Amino acid sequence: MPAAVPKLPDDQLDALAAAYAGATAAKRRHVFIGGILLVLAVVLAAWSSEVSITKFSENVWRFPAYFAGTIPSISLATFSADVAEWLWGIKRWLRLLGDTILITYLGTLAGAIGGFVLCFLASANLVRSPAIVFVTRRTLEFCRTVPEIVFALIFVLAFGLGPLPGVLAIALHTTGALGKLFAEVVENIDNKPVEGVIASGGNWFQVVRFAALPQVLSNFVSYALLRFEINVRGAAVMGFVGAGGIGQDLIEAVRKFYYTDVSAILMLIVITVMVIDLVTERVRHRLIGMESDR
Amino acid sequence: MLQVEGLTCRFGAKTAVDQATFSVERGGFIGVIGRSGAGKSTLLRSINRLVEPSEGRVMFEGIDVTALKGNDLRRWRARSAMIFQQFNLVGRLDVLSNVLMGRLAEVSTWRSLLQIWPDKDKAIAISALEQFDMMAVAAQRADSLSGGQQQRVAIARALVQEPDVILADEPIASLDPRNTRIVMDALLRINKHFGITVICNLHSLDLARTYCDRLLGMSAGRIVFDGVPAALTDRIARELYDLEAGEVMGTSPEQGIDGVAVPALGAAMA
Ligand SMILES: Nc1ncnc2c1ncn2[C@@H]1O[C@H](COP(=O)(O)OP(=O)(O)O)[C@@H](O)[C@H]1O
Ligand SMILES: [Mg+2]
Repeated sequence: MPAAVPKLPDDQLDALAAAYAGATAAKRRHVFIGGILLVLAVVLAAWSSEVSITKFSENVWRFPAYFAGTIPSISLATFSADVAEWLWGIKRWLRLLGDTILITYLGTLAGAIGGFVLCFLASANLVRSPAIVFVTRRTLEFCRTVPEIVFALIFVLAFGLGPLPGVLAIALHTTGALGKLFAEVVENIDNKPVEGVIASGGNWFQVVRFAALPQVLSNFVSYALLRFEINVRGAAVMGFVGAGGIGQDLIEAVRKFYYTDVSAILMLIVITVMVIDLVTERVRHRLIGMESDR
Repeated sequence: MLQVEGLTCRFGAKTAVDQATFSVERGGFIGVIGRSGAGKSTLLRSINRLVEPSEGRVMFEGIDVTALKGNDLRRWRARSAMIFQQFNLVGRLDVLSNVLMGRLAEVSTWRSLLQIWPDKDKAIAISALEQFDMMAVAAQRADSLSGGQQQRVAIARALVQEPDVILADEPIASLDPRNTRIVMDALLRINKHFGITVICNLHSLDLARTYCDRLLGMSAGRIVFDGVPAALTDRIARELYDLEAGEVMGTSPEQGIDGVAVPALGAAMA
């Protein structure tokens, strides 16, 4: 029995292979040049910003040394008394942590809504006018490239001390970050449902609602939950500039060398982030599970 | 020889394939017919284990296909190439790369991931594409092709697997009459010249009668007919498709629809 694919004569094969190689050469060249440029850029960046490996290796021990200094002395004999002394401010810290989480929650929610509204305008597959896409994208860029701590400083000057500037700063930064991610998700959707709804006479809002939204919603939720977790960390330092939450005590402890307070507060923050990570993961899996059950 | 013994596939409470038993000699061209929802796709997909059978066995030349795992399972999938209704190409890869997917089971993983294909495999892929006059578009993205062209790429991908069996799941349901001919003729050519067994789900009775040398009729997951096309009487066909008398013919896309009475409102819901 002959093979499933009779092989062509060699000279014909070579000609066809050469034609294919020629047609794909440009793409392969681009990948190659891109790779070389990337390596050059990394080397150049390291050299011009004076990243020194020797300096790093000579001083790297200081980093764990600082942390070691923050560990309280806890002996087994007086365990509970030692822990109580270490966590002497637990009540106040928990209240401040609660503030931090509320700031995070409000800021993330407001930012997710902002990003949600803007992402569709930033998606080239849904918006005809390049001008609208351009302006929206640049706006989102501005929102996310200004560090949230800088926004917080400005808002503290405008609205005074307290959690409000923290919420606003996180909301603005989150709008920029999530708007970009959301828009990327929207640009990757399957175009067939979009054409289906357009062909049925739907307007732009109906296309977004019925063709785009069902395809992107679960991804949006995943990204928003991830952002919530990231924002807990962001909100934890808001207090550095007086914008509310645990940060104000953390920065005070660092500045005044209250070593054990630093470790206590950091531990509380880490535990909080872990708990939030566990909970949001549950929520995400629930949502994905619900999708595949349908 | 392919033997299917008591094959049953359930999705929750729904039994998609119910105690299917049949065997196929090497070199046969088998048509599987029946209404949509009868379980044709599930039957084919349980043969190459895209769905896991709930009960029963599939044997191929003494190998228990239903018990295969890991590497052996992948090798079996390469030997039983599948052709899909929606082509299932990777739209963002170029045409030749799509055909080379058919060589994945033969090429070492690192070579395939870096796309350093051995010359031998490249030669096979190019020969297969050229056989369908498709080398001219080899460097184009697969999703830039028309449906008929995409299906030809998919058949080339199946062929370079050097399969023993081709499982074709309504390969022409998204194609126009001309491409329907091209694709069905290609399957027939493969079947007759290379002796590759073809098992093909079809909607159109006319096509099934024209191309297949044996038909399996499915209804509600059961195999209710197994025989040569000539044995498929109009009465059986009517039962298979749940049609009124005289409606059996004219199910092929080539035939006109003149003389059709306007169905009553709500008839489409039945
Ligand atoms: N993955 C699945 N999950 C649940 N039900 C399915 C699944 N695949 C098929 N079915 C059901 O099994 C039955 C047979 O489907 P299928 O094999 O696709 O029929 P055909 O190909 O003959 O149209 C249908 O009722 C279908 O709804
Ligand atoms: Mg089907």
